[in-house]
Amino acid sequence: MNLLLCENLCMSYENNKVLENLSFSVEEGDYLSIIGENGSGKTTLMKGILGLMRPTEGKILLNGINKKDIGYLPQQTVVQKDFPASVLEVVISGTVGKSKRLFYNSYNKKTALENLKRLDIGHLKNHSYKELSGGQQQRVLLARALCAASKLLVLDEPTAGLDPIAVAELYGILDELNKTEKVTIITVSHDIDSAVKNSNKILHLGRNVTFFGKTEEYIQTDIFTRITGGK
Amino acid sequence: MIEFFDAFLTYSFLQRAVLVGILVSLCLALLGVSLVLKRYSMIGDGLSHVGFGALSIAMVFNLAPLAVSIPVVVIAAFLLLRLNENSKIKGDSAIAMVASSSLAIGAIVTSLKGGMTADVCNYMFGSILTMTSIDVWITAVVSVIVIVLYILFYNRMFLVTFDENFATASGVNVKKYNMILAFLTAITIVVGMRMMGALLISSLIIFPALTAMRVCKSFKQVVIVSAIVSVICFSIGIIASFVFSTPVGASIVVSNLICFLIFFFIGKIKAA
Repeated sequence: MNLLLCENLCMSYENNKVLENLSFSVEEGDYLSIIGENGSGKTTLMKGILGLMRPTEGKILLNGINKKDIGYLPQQTVVQKDFPASVLEVVISGTVGKSKRLFYNSYNKKTALENLKRLDIGHLKNHSYKELSGGQQQRVLLARALCAASKLLVLDEPTAGLDPIAVAELYGILDELNKTEKVTIITVSHDIDSAVKNSNKILHLGRNVTFFGKTEEYIQTDIFTRITGGK
Repeated sequence: MIEFFDAFLTYSFLQRAVLVGILVSLCLALLGVSLVLKRYSMIGDGLSHVGFGALSIAMVFNLAPLAVSIPVVVIAAFLLLRLNENSKIKGDSAIAMVASSSLAIGAIVTSLKGGMTADVCNYMFGSILTMTSIDVWITAVVSVIVIVLYILFYNRMFLVTFDENFATASGVNVKKYNMILAFLTAITIVVGMRMMGALLISSLIIFPALTAMRVCKSFKQVVIVSAIVSVICFSIGIIASFVFSTPVGASIVVSNLICFLIFFFIGKIKAA
């Protein structure tokens, strides 16, 4: 079943066209990597999917889910670097958008604690977010995204700034969520090697060429050979 | 010290001053946590200058000061917020521009109508001891609004402060909560200007939050500690000003500064 369908999508900033005539679809259980060089429109596309930016032409259709079923892992901001908050406060804030209720109830707390355990950071719940390592912070934000939604996760360069061990761990977690818990994943990334290794579908955005399809097909293409030097 | 409490029991103007001061310090400390973390600290400073401009104009034309300045400052707050979000002039320079222009316009209008009066000076440096009982009522109403809204929207404020992008993506109306924050800040500043003065009021926004952040690990702790710190520093400041005959607003700022330094060293020791 199509979870997300983009048809002839165009997006632009003021008069700059960033994306033109883009069509692709994401099915339930997919692991899609969106790759491409800087300025190719990866982040813009992600903003479109999340409903943060309107397409100038074309459509982004959600099927069987609505905006609130998308869990989002944004890039870390400067504000967060020295933000005083406990891990539990950050994770439980993922449930805010789920209802109109003003205060957290016991169900919200349970959801937060479950997701902390799920990502193996239950013991950190009272720690200060800003004192954690980069990899731990990313797990906290992932737990928050899972509190918001568990059907579709959208991740914006999730491995940026992480050390190699943390990167491997994060991919491990994503793989597990995708394979055993059937969470659909869309990730924006620079890291083509990992994208090819982990995802079943690739969307390559480029100035002149665009590719969308299965990973097996992608590695046969000229774009892939050119970028990776034909490894 | 004992003289202060004697005077406090005898003079109603002193009681009014303490009541207004505690309420305003409390409200600004709560709002300050979000403002500081969102890098909006200077908005407080900018708004107080706008407030000064509005108050001087109101005074020259014999209009009710609060009736003029509250709407003007609220509008300025929304404008500054918009400028911060999307514009070619960056937020901090926009604020500096609006602030100094308002101060200049206020000064010109005042001088055209006979120069700096004691009243205008009061708005610059504060005159907490001249509060009337109407002032007390207005402050009380504004404080209740601020505190109730802050508690009701506490969880959403946290989310919007911590991560606007995530908040928007999960369906929370970020703009609405930024507007609420700006609105509450604007009305509290206008009310608080009378006590602290336009030039010093931003210290009540910035200091308690920064002080609390030296030692606290969670957001909730920061909010609670900064509220307590703010009220204590206000009390120490007003007593000190009575004992040493120093200006009230300035004494409160200095007591906040000392408190910040103490927490700063405690934080350093704890980290070591």
